[in-house]
Amino acid sequence: MVRHKIVLHFPHEQVDKPVVSKLVRDYNLDFNILKASITPREEGLLVLEVTGEEADYDRGLEYLRSCGVDIQPLSQDIRRNEERCTHCGACLAVCPTEALRLDRETWEVRFSDDECVACELCVRACPPRAMEVHY
Amino acid sequence: MGKTIAEINERIRKGEAVVVTAEEIIDLVEEKGVEEVARTVDVVTTGTFGPMCSSGAFINLGHAQPRIKIHRAWLNEVPAYCGIAAVDIYIGATEMAEHDPLNEVFPGDFRYGGGHVIEDLVAGRRVHLRAEAYGTDCYPNRRWEKDITLEDVKEAWLFNPRNAYQNYNVAVNLSERVIYTYMGVLRPNLGNANYCSAGQLSPLLNDPLFRTIGIGTRIFLGGGVGYVAWHGTQHNTDVPRADNGTPTRPAGTIAVIGDLRGMNPRYLTGYSILGYGATLAVGIGIPIPVLDEEVVRYAAVRDADITAPVVDYSVDYPQGTGRVLGEVTYAELKSGRIVVEGKEVPTAPLSSYSRAREIAGILKDWIRQGRFLLTEPVELLPCAAREKGVR
Repeated sequence: MVRHKIVLHFPHEQVDKPVVSKLVRDYNLDFNILKASITPREEGLLVLEVTGEEADYDRGLEYLRSCGVDIQPLSQDIRRNEERCTHCGACLAVCPTEALRLDRETWEVRFSDDECVACELCVRACPPRAMEVHY
Repeated sequence: MGKTIAEINERIRKGEAVVVTAEEIIDLVEEKGVEEVARTVDVVTTGTFGPMCSSGAFINLGHAQPRIKIHRAWLNEVPAYCGIAAVDIYIGATEMAEHDPLNEVFPGDFRYGGGHVIEDLVAGRRVHLRAEAYGTDCYPNRRWEKDITLEDVKEAWLFNPRNAYQNYNVAVNLSERVIYTYMGVLRPNLGNANYCSAGQLSPLLNDPLFRTIGIGTRIFLGGGVGYVAWHGTQHNTDVPRADNGTPTRPAGTIAVIGDLRGMNPRYLTGYSILGYGATLAVGIGIPIPVLDEEVVRYAAVRDADITAPVVDYSVDYPQGTGRVLGEVTYAELKSGRIVVEGKEVPTAPLSSYSRAREIAGILKDWIRQGRFLLTEPVELLPCAAREKGVR
């Protein structure tokens, strides 16, 4: 079994087609939608957590690519600007997972990609605006 | 058996001074006792780094040719106060850039304000000046626009009317909606508790009765050197206190001043507080001379012995009811969870403890290297509890 968080960019012509449901029907994959939006220019953006057998996962992604969907791993998406972070801890108040944690030895805020679900709540709650979205 | 500041300075000059941070002195006193520490240690350094809204900078721009008596001025579109002499202006930390949407789309982002202008200047970046005037016989110029840097202005001083609050509220939200405050985002129904003090490292909590910190005290300010100018606005020392002398409510404050040149954006950082406004995070470190055992006893205070009030920011704070929901210690706050009205509530700090520790460490190094001498206060700050002789 594999579990990956991925960001899907749908081109304009695919936005109104049921693409992702095929992952369940034809490729035995489970998905959990973490974020979905359609931009004013009608490009779709979907952040998914996908679970399934590795072979199914690879075939499923192959299928998505064949539909013209651009795929990125999620870990690239929320980044911390290390220069700007002051390690104050204001982000801890809004982070729904344990992705932002206070190290009680150094008192620095640890950011762990793996647990980040890209909800973006920290982005605006960060006083020095150190959390950046990169899609 | 006490020491004088002159004697301590003599040891600093010779490179012999024993300096510890307000964190290190805790274990030291535990190990060796107050009496030995008072004898062997010369200085205790403290530190804090957090948003301090009552901050700003005086800038003299130098004279234009022809001369101008500035009536209105903007730095990177942020209005500066001009109601002083011709080319003197004051840029306040919370002033917002012209045309910022503020809270029109709630909660507002407040991306760029006076605090960011100050950070840009200190970082050596160019800042755009736009000035207008009505013109006089002696100052005929009506418009002046140019890029300025910290290097080419005539003077630039940070002058903050209220910094380094001695203790502060712990903010919670009893309402059923998310609220956006200067204490950060507060989730509904006691979703989180935000606090803002360096606790056992915080300058004014280590000298709770202002026995050593006074007017003229030389300090670490924003990465450079500054001074305590006066007590801060809202300085209030007539508050309930624990047995160790620390106030259990927000209490004393200081006004500080220092040359912006020599400061560092790492310790002077523009902040954007969602739904509230822009501000400036200021790093301050104050040295406490070990004059006697009493100084040691106060400076050895631990997080577990400093108490802060828990206040509801949905009704009680905005309406000024004065209600306090309970009291918690900084040790509890730093554990990550406190209990409020029977509910376990996760905590988040707004004051960077890692940076407070860094500042106390830098100040310690400066003193040990003989680069930073202590000053005798010109006058002690008002403190009701000290003046009454009450502990």
